[in-house]
Amino acid sequence: MDLDTLFSFEWGVMSPEFIILGTATLLSIIDLFMKRESSRKPLAWLAGAGVLASLVAIFMQLDQDVTSILYDTYRLDSFSKAFKILLLLGTLLVLVLASNYKKEDVEENRGEFYYLLLAALLGAMVMASSADLITLFVGLELLSLSSYIMAGLERKNKRSNESAFKYVVSGGIATAITLFGMSYIFGLTGETNLFRIAENMGNVELLKHSFLIVFAFIITFAGLTFKIAAAPLHMWAPDVYEGAPVPVTAFLSVVSKTAGFVILLRVIIITFIAAPGIGSEPLLLQVQPYVMILAAATMIIGNVTALRQRNIKRMFAYSSIAQAGYILVPFVSNSSLLFELIWFYLLAYLFMNIGAFTVIQLLTSQEGSNDIGVFRGLFKRSPWLAVPMTFFVLSLAGIPVTAGFIGKFGIFMGALGLEPAHYWLAAVMMATTLVSYVYYFNIIAIMFFRDGDSEGKRVSVPGSMAAVLAFCAASVLILGIMPDLALDFFYGNFDVNEFFMQIETEVHTHDH
Amino acid sequence: MNTYLLSILIFSPLLGVLVLLFTPSHDEKSIKWIGILGTLLPLGTALVTLSAFQMSGEGLQLAEKFQWVSYEVFQSKGDVSYPIFYEVGVNGLSMVLILLTSVVSVLAAIASFSIKKDWKSYFILFFLLEIGMLGVFAAQNLFLFFIFFEITLIPMFFLIGRWGYLEKEKAAYSFLIYNGVGSAILLIAFVTMFMKTGTMNFEQLAYTFSLPQSELNQLNITKNFKMGMLIALLVAFAVKLPVAPLHSWMVRVHVQAPPPIVMIHSGILLKIGAYGLIVFGAGLFPDQFKSLAFVIGLFGVINLLYGAFLAITQRDVKRVLAYSSVSHMGIVLIGLASVNEAGMTGAVFQVVSHGLISALLFFLVGVLYERAGSSNLKDFGGVAKKMPIFAGVMLAGGLASLGLPGMSGFISEFMAFLGLFEKMPVLAAIGTLGLILTAVYVLRAVLAITFGAEKELPNARDLSSTERIPAFILLAAILFIGIYPAWLSDMLRPTLDVILLGLGG
Repeated sequence: MDLDTLFSFEWGVMSPEFIILGTATLLSIIDLFMKRESSRKPLAWLAGAGVLASLVAIFMQLDQDVTSILYDTYRLDSFSKAFKILLLLGTLLVLVLASNYKKEDVEENRGEFYYLLLAALLGAMVMASSADLITLFVGLELLSLSSYIMAGLERKNKRSNESAFKYVVSGGIATAITLFGMSYIFGLTGETNLFRIAENMGNVELLKHSFLIVFAFIITFAGLTFKIAAAPLHMWAPDVYEGAPVPVTAFLSVVSKTAGFVILLRVIIITFIAAPGIGSEPLLLQVQPYVMILAAATMIIGNVTALRQRNIKRMFAYSSIAQAGYILVPFVSNSSLLFELIWFYLLAYLFMNIGAFTVIQLLTSQEGSNDIGVFRGLFKRSPWLAVPMTFFVLSLAGIPVTAGFIGKFGIFMGALGLEPAHYWLAAVMMATTLVSYVYYFNIIAIMFFRDGDSEGKRVSVPGSMAAVLAFCAASVLILGIMPDLALDFFYGNFDVNEFFMQIETEVHTHDH
Repeated sequence: MNTYLLSILIFSPLLGVLVLLFTPSHDEKSIKWIGILGTLLPLGTALVTLSAFQMSGEGLQLAEKFQWVSYEVFQSKGDVSYPIFYEVGVNGLSMVLILLTSVVSVLAAIASFSIKKDWKSYFILFFLLEIGMLGVFAAQNLFLFFIFFEITLIPMFFLIGRWGYLEKEKAAYSFLIYNGVGSAILLIAFVTMFMKTGTMNFEQLAYTFSLPQSELNQLNITKNFKMGMLIALLVAFAVKLPVAPLHSWMVRVHVQAPPPIVMIHSGILLKIGAYGLIVFGAGLFPDQFKSLAFVIGLFGVINLLYGAFLAITQRDVKRVLAYSSVSHMGIVLIGLASVNEAGMTGAVFQVVSHGLISALLFFLVGVLYERAGSSNLKDFGGVAKKMPIFAGVMLAGGLASLGLPGMSGFISEFMAFLGLFEKMPVLAAIGTLGLILTAVYVLRAVLAITFGAEKELPNARDLSSTERIPAFILLAAILFIGIYPAWLSDMLRPTLDVILLGLGG
């Protein structure tokens, strides 16, 4: 590739990514030159400004048509824009959490968290735009490696170290599984570009190897579900969530999970859409039972195990496993609502989960404990913390007038809409939702019904944290009452069909 | 004005919430007054609505409709959008229940003078609960119905769990879980119907399901599907009503929740179950409903007898009343099962009448508990001497409950049994045993408290003037319906006619 070709690409496509990359680089340099004892808080604001600028850049790209650069490995389509907005918004809120994170045994003046976070975000954004197994994998690894370090950021905390180590080991295994699956895909089709893989999958020759295709699907799918913490690769989540600093936990449970769904959608839906299964059925229909069992198992394991948790971070780890199970349901039903359902649910999930983690961070750092008892009598002590937390929990439980309900309702529509309707999957989802009432409402009961000994001890809430709380609580309510605000935005700006649109790009530009 | 009248009515309690948010939380007196005024506002609006409501008018009145949520579905047959509307409206049946709701809410707010702590959050939740109840009866599509239905659950959970008696948390949880099961089944059924028919509107659904089978086949709606949906709805509302053996949560709530909340719960919330059975069961799937009539009637008789038997054996007057509610809800089922005009009218009358009677009796028990700190029958005796007015109202309420002619309870029981005797005489004959048992447990409980050897009662004050308001208003309403039932039946007739037309008789 010569310089001409390099310049011929429309690099503007990547402007949001460049902004993040630039900010991260800038931060790391500034961090080097800062005095050891000076506060690193300004870095957080700078990082926040970078994320905001990147968000603005995406909004400026909204009416741009599908474009792809770098020989069709990197795409700007509705799908990538829609999900990048989620990734950036989530990171922005996590940054506020991080800038307020204090713990006695942590050196406060450490700046690497901020640029690691941005690097992880960059990885996630690359995943959202990739149309090639190799770029996808690079993005995935960038996200994973940065996350591993972030989980172990509290160097003197044993739990944090344990969490990072467990995350590295299990993450490595998952990566290996993913790669193994991808190697089959490549072996079968001889391509790494997702769209050309899809073309070759339809090849009649491949019918002979349909067994291998199913195998490739199962392995790749299993490997990719690691990031979203779905069964059976969910066991890392509770340990990592428990040990990692709260902002990192929030990042893992929201942004990293969103990225996980992004890559799952990209790889699975594009690659296998035309793939033949064993016999006459198409593959995606044939593997439905497999995905269904995975989704059901994730919902059951997450919700049932959450019942027994006393540690609030572990409880939210299992809760986020369960939530991943709900979002897997659209993969089974595979209706045309797939994208907006997942997008809307992840948007709602972003607000409710980050909101909840904001409260958790405030409480656990004040009380110095992760026990669920930190919520005791919260309504008496700090009603302005207890009420938003109630909204978040109700939304997680899927109670009407919150965004979580609309999200669940949509998933339900998807599951019951197509013939054959997936009654039993819907039933599992409903039954496990009921189970989740028990632990979600337990938090509410502790906040409202039990006035503990810590009565009168108010929780001090810094201004920026209060802003995050207010923003998340308002969003949860507004999206619950007027979901069309988000849905209209989605339908107005994003065209789902672009996802499948292959662009015959200027592959030939370098020939001259 | 009339265009938005119903929405104003439904959300009028929000004004109370807003005012309360800016009231200091230690100012007990103002908060309680705001609580009462806040419920008077919906009552006033409900009366305005009643005056705008045409008694003999058929179909839906004061309807409102806005597009609300829209999913666009791309399917092979072309783009299909699944719009969800905000649609409310009233017919005779829902008008009656909205009136009942707003009246009982005011009286419960007055009874809330006995609440001892956290008045501010208590009344905020109370108002939210009222929004939910008003909305449930005004909603004209499944989505909206479900949302309001769930809105009632959450405030109830808090109200029971924070302001209740000793085992309040357990009661709150069992309320939540049982009702959660009910609404889970409901949601599955609702979404399934929505996806099959593309509409959530009650009238359109009823129309679609009444199409001849040949046209239904195109929508993939079989007879079995209809039956399945009906059974799902019956089970969901059976939890709410409640139908034995799904009643344990309701007894717990009636024993543990604070008295004003029990007034609302047994007065109105249980009626949502009956309303659902009528509107969704008989209204949407009349043919299937008819074929299940015997089963429904059987459950009705079982409820009636089982509730009555257990009520006789209870020592705690709250439990007597709780089982009496189970028993009386059996009469609603009996009325519905008869699938004829008399029976249906009886069922609706029973809904209204029991709403008033149980609100009255639970209010009185709350007063008693406040005085004596107990609701055990053996702690009371000869109350009539020191509290004559109280004893008088209680006796009157008891007589209404056992169906004394001239009171609302008589009309409903008479009509319900009249209907059932026409269709299933044997079942009805067995059911009448329940009426005798009712007399036994009501008189046993009421007489044990009011008459007999006088027992020491520390705070034996008669009804205070604030306490007399709910007591007398409820009693007056019970008598009014008992003496002049035509007022109610005129209002209900057009709605019931539509349902009966669907039932083909």
